[in-house]
Amino acid sequence: MAVTDAPKIITTRFDLDDGRTLAGYERTGGYESLRAALASSPADVLAEVKAANLQGRGGAGFPAGTKWGFLPADVHPRYLVVNGDESEPGTYKDRLLMERDPHQLIEGVLLASYAVEAKQAFIYVRGEMAVAQERLATALNEAYAAGLVGRDIAGSGWSMDVVLHWGAGAYIVGEETALIESLEGRRGMPRLKPPFFPAVKGLYLQPTIVNNVETLANIPWIVRNGGAAFAGLGTEESAGMRLFALSGHVRNPGVYEVEMGRTTFRDLIEAPVLGGGIRDGGTLKAFIPGGASAPWFYEEHLDLPLSKATVDKAGSMLGSGAVVVMDHTTDAVKACARIVRFFAHESCGKCTPCREGTTWLHQILQRILAGDGRWSDLELLLDVSDNISPGIAWPPRQTTICPLGPSAVSPIASALRRFRPEFEAYIEGGRHAGARPVGVDVLAGVAAG
Amino acid sequence: MAEQTEVKTTVSITIDGRTVEAQPGELLIAAAERAGTYIPRFCYHPRMEPVGMCRMCIVEVDTGRGPALQPSCMIPVADGMTVSTESEVTKKAQDGVLEFLLINHPLDCPVCDKGGECPLQDQTLAFGPGESRFVEEKRHYAKPIPLSDLVYMDRERCILCDRCTRFSTEVAGDPLITFVNRGNATEVNTFPDDPFASYFSGNTVQICPVGALLARPYRFKARPWDLDQVESTCTACAVGCRMAVQSSSDAVVRHLGIDVDPVNWGWLCDKGRFDFEALSDEGRLTTPFVRREDELVEASWSEALTRVAEGLADARDRHGAASLAVLGGARLANEDAYVWSKLARSVLGTDNVDAQLGDGLPAEAVLGLPRATIDAACAAGTVVLLGPDIKEELPVLYLRLRDAVVHKGLRLIELSPTETGLTRLTAASLRHRPGEVAQLMDALLAGGRGTRGDGVEVAEAAALLGDGPVVCVLGRASLAESPDSVVAAAGALLEARPGTTFLSALRRGNVHGALDMGLAPGVLPGRVSLDDGRAWFADAWGSVPEARGLDATGTLSAAAAGRISGLVLLGADPLADFPDRDLARRGVGGAGFVVAIDAFLTPSAQQADVVLPAAVFGERGGTTTNLEGRISRLNQKVTAPGSARVDWMIAVELASRMGADLGLESLEEIWDEIERIAPSHAGLTSDRLRTSEALDGLLPAATADVETEGAPPTMSQVDEPGTSAAAAQGTDHLPGNVQTEESSLGTGTGSGPGAEGSEGAASMAAAFGAEADVADYGEGTTPAEGGGEAEAIALTADAVAQGASVGEPSGGGTEGASEGAASPRTIRFARSAAPSGPPKIDSYSLRLVSGRKLYDAGTLVQHSPSLAGLAAAAPLRVNPADLHRLGLTSGARIRLSSSRTTLVMVAEADLGVPRGTVALTFNQVGQLAADLIDATMAVTDVRLETLAETSRVGSRSSRRESSGG
Repeated sequence: MAVTDAPKIITTRFDLDDGRTLAGYERTGGYESLRAALASSPADVLAEVKAANLQGRGGAGFPAGTKWGFLPADVHPRYLVVNGDESEPGTYKDRLLMERDPHQLIEGVLLASYAVEAKQAFIYVRGEMAVAQERLATALNEAYAAGLVGRDIAGSGWSMDVVLHWGAGAYIVGEETALIESLEGRRGMPRLKPPFFPAVKGLYLQPTIVNNVETLANIPWIVRNGGAAFAGLGTEESAGMRLFALSGHVRNPGVYEVEMGRTTFRDLIEAPVLGGGIRDGGTLKAFIPGGASAPWFYEEHLDLPLSKATVDKAGSMLGSGAVVVMDHTTDAVKACARIVRFFAHESCGKCTPCREGTTWLHQILQRILAGDGRWSDLELLLDVSDNISPGIAWPPRQTTICPLGPSAVSPIASALRRFRPEFEAYIEGGRHAGARPVGVDVLAGVAAG
Repeated sequence: MAEQTEVKTTVSITIDGRTVEAQPGELLIAAAERAGTYIPRFCYHPRMEPVGMCRMCIVEVDTGRGPALQPSCMIPVADGMTVSTESEVTKKAQDGVLEFLLINHPLDCPVCDKGGECPLQDQTLAFGPGESRFVEEKRHYAKPIPLSDLVYMDRERCILCDRCTRFSTEVAGDPLITFVNRGNATEVNTFPDDPFASYFSGNTVQICPVGALLARPYRFKARPWDLDQVESTCTACAVGCRMAVQSSSDAVVRHLGIDVDPVNWGWLCDKGRFDFEALSDEGRLTTPFVRREDELVEASWSEALTRVAEGLADARDRHGAASLAVLGGARLANEDAYVWSKLARSVLGTDNVDAQLGDGLPAEAVLGLPRATIDAACAAGTVVLLGPDIKEELPVLYLRLRDAVVHKGLRLIELSPTETGLTRLTAASLRHRPGEVAQLMDALLAGGRGTRGDGVEVAEAAALLGDGPVVCVLGRASLAESPDSVVAAAGALLEARPGTTFLSALRRGNVHGALDMGLAPGVLPGRVSLDDGRAWFADAWGSVPEARGLDATGTLSAAAAGRISGLVLLGADPLADFPDRDLARRGVGGAGFVVAIDAFLTPSAQQADVVLPAAVFGERGGTTTNLEGRISRLNQKVTAPGSARVDWMIAVELASRMGADLGLESLEEIWDEIERIAPSHAGLTSDRLRTSEALDGLLPAATADVETEGAPPTMSQVDEPGTSAAAAQGTDHLPGNVQTEESSLGTGTGSGPGAEGSEGAASMAAAFGAEADVADYGEGTTPAEGGGEAEAIALTADAVAQGASVGEPSGGGTEGASEGAASPRTIRFARSAAPSGPPKIDSYSLRLVSGRKLYDAGTLVQHSPSLAGLAAAAPLRVNPADLHRLGLTSGARIRLSSSRTTLVMVAEADLGVPRGTVALTFNQVGQLAADLIDATMAVTDVRLETLAETSRVGSRSSRRESSGG
């Protein structure tokens, strides 16, 4: 495997000074797809997207075309909601897409709305992303003024509106049903699926498609070049190009658009034009392949291709495309505690196991780090984890409505399985060390990772 | 339900290996419970939308894709579903949730109100581990913080189940408490500076599954295991909410709502929930008082009763029976009311009886109009509101109507003089000038044509009204106008929309029972007019007055003129409670001999010659009747203070001292006599009142019974000659020369809300294992009203009343009723000519509206310390444009004059009050409205003037406002 020379799809304007303006966008082929689509039927657009085999880029990787097909026929109004509440630690690709090429997203929204026959779309942007909000708003105003959004778009007779909405600072709103709750003006708390599958009962209990920013940013290219061209990139199972946000202990952290399935983690982390290798000549200890909630990967996983199926099979996920690299200096217990703290802080408070459990887990980890750990804590960590995510398996089961609670279990399971001696060292060096229990395998009940 | 094998309407699910039939759409947790498997839960509540928040009810559910943990409170049953409530995975998950809930829950059960009846405590005791694995510091918050004057919040105990917050938002429509913060720091709290001032806040305490929400009146009062309880019916207003009355050491300490389907669904308003404080108030009368040398002094019952008997007999002998009058009775149980009705008619010999104090509707309208149930109103499709602010006067009816609007698409059309608590929920809300609701109704029924002013609004409302029958909620919107106009409006609606039924919105506790028992002039027990029932009751009772008597206004007017020599105030306080205080003062003062039977030394009682202490709610049994006419039981829980007695006993004792034997010695004997003699109550035997069927309350024969023979009903209303005299009293709205009764009355009732109701009846009956009963109901009754179990019962009783053998008094027990005499027919409403309209108003005057608020200066509220403070002094509410016209700003002190008096008060701007109208809440602290009202006039006009000095204050403050920006 190697870094491929596949064409960039959605980052082509990142380096242009005026890529975010309507003039710059139109000069580089912008809104051509829209005009072309308006001359054909919504079904044609839907067919191209289906043919592209475009997997959702938000985390779950569900094929966009298939999702669009779930909308019940003839139920109106129906809505398109754009999930721009990018909050997964280490993930910052959607922000760049909104900051540097907002018209591309708007065109994607228009095309998707046209395809699913939605008359109104909502772009929900994370509250903290001030620059993205401003640029998106500016771009949308330009598009409205140019007749590209609103009434009688580009003289086609087709009309639709796009509404911008800023979040108020909650990770959980990245979960689609919580995002819908928030968009309706309530606390961002997830709804149970079923019955609240957005495609059936979504925004205002009407059929709703929720798509990630990156997913929709791909649509103009797909419409312009055809679904087959997109499907021709990458592999049959993982088609197209994808953004990966690389961070952690690498020389060149950043967002990279690479071909799926043909590029490996090693390419991403080590290739000079990409990550450039571990910083300061260090060695890899572990890396998170797809956002903080993903089980950790190690040296032996480096040559896995960036493909959903392969990573799933290996016991983790590509998730939101956030690859976090940890070198040999990393304290696994601290890293684990840091991630659990994030989830405890972001728990919405709805489901008891997540609300109480994630904080408890963090408290136990803090105690271990502070030298107050007990031998029984290792078993306790796992049993509390088990009460949030029964079996501590992958993909996770859950006693909660949404996967946030189980997300806090992933790093604990990963760190305990791989770096248990580090936990034990904290306990042994602490104030409650006592005699190390003999013959107790706290991991016995945990499914092998 | 054996026949249902043909078409399978249920779904089969397997719960722990057992096959169970469930209703499609039913939630798993409910289906399992019906089948005898209780799944533990905290957040689930059957009267609210499920949220799946606490996760306690998660069980392994297999719908064909393998077992997965699912919250059973959110999963509807599906055919073939397999559920394991006892599998290892289920148990582990549930135990885990319990542990999570406990880690931060303080172990202060010994000092927690909930300890001993706490679901969390019970679950933990039953399933929880004996020891905690949690060694960290628990969450800490300041111990209870007040959410309002009535409810405290202990956030440490809260398990965040979302019950209280859902209730306040979903059920009460008062979204005043909410989750604050996130994750582990989530707490329930109010919005800053905005207390949980909801009329329904106490319900959140009742449904809280832990001791997080605490009611100030109950806090630290008792431990659950010390409590003793009876099931009873609230009489704080006329809705008739079922509730448990709980006592400790012979003092009532708590009321809890009981979920009965036709009425209150488990909810109570805070007034009904907390008014028990008045029972043990220090001001309770505990002994009789008699007036000696201008002073009330303590006396023995014997002495006091002798004084009363002599005083009344003397008055009767010297001035005739028509010089005696009995006012009040809405506080009494049905049995009390019946005995007093019998005493007044047969012993005192007077028909001057009135349970309403000029604040209600004519008995002929309440009893004679075809009646609706609450369920029928909620299922009606369209409800016309003609009356008071339901949220203020009948709060739980407000909850039911709100639920029907929000969740079932009920359409409300409101005709009111000002905005009300329901206005926001209406499809159309039309304003009328005081006294002109009949004109507005005519315009509405005419499709908005010929309307003064904004005819478009009326036309739109008319379109919403449609052509079919509706349910009309009927009451008095304002005490500053006579009821003529609203009665005329009701008559017009009934004529134009045959089949329309009416739900009374009279608010006094048992006013409907009192009217049923004949505590109204011209009306005898069993919803019979004096004329129709004279012979029948003369047989049963010995004698009945010849002429129709006076109502409250008439009585007080007569007393003021020196024509009332003996006045009994039966729990009535005209000085505080009659709309026209001047008339009340002259009346009570002018009556020769006044007896007050009351629980407190009210202003009127202070003027009495004899005061007798009465037992009140909670201290006596019997039955009560709600605004639907539904009869349910009252039960005694505590003993009355001192020597306070039950009203019927006082009546029996008094009769005996006046030489008469009423022949009644127990509540059951009284009820048996009512059942025998009162035509509307035939068939409602003591035995039936003891069955489980009676727990929901029993409906007597519908007033709007169908005339199967189609015989034109004859006039049954009283038609005494002196129409003009009656009109002068402002109460007799059914003068003799009216058109004949609507023939439509007899035909239109066949199309009530039907199918759904009977299905409900079947399922309810099934739930009680009483299918046979339903079959019985169906048999031999014309399928007329067809609205559910309640109607089914009504029909039975109706059929019985109409000529079945038990409908005739057996004569046994009481001497008299002649063999074979048919029982008199019940009252039918006859439409009178519409009043000619209110007097013209001059351009300087404004027309007064005076409605009530839940918390007022009334006895119950003022003697309940927790509630008393909630009755705030009310300003005059004026449309901002009218204020502006007078050069006033909101908050200015003004002078308000009516024909009665001139008062100085504060005026506030209120857009909910239309121009030309001013609103002043009745019976608020300060008690101003009654001073202005002339009850003998159709409307009350007032003039509003600036106060010289205060207009300066006003202009100064407005200058301040403008300079302050």
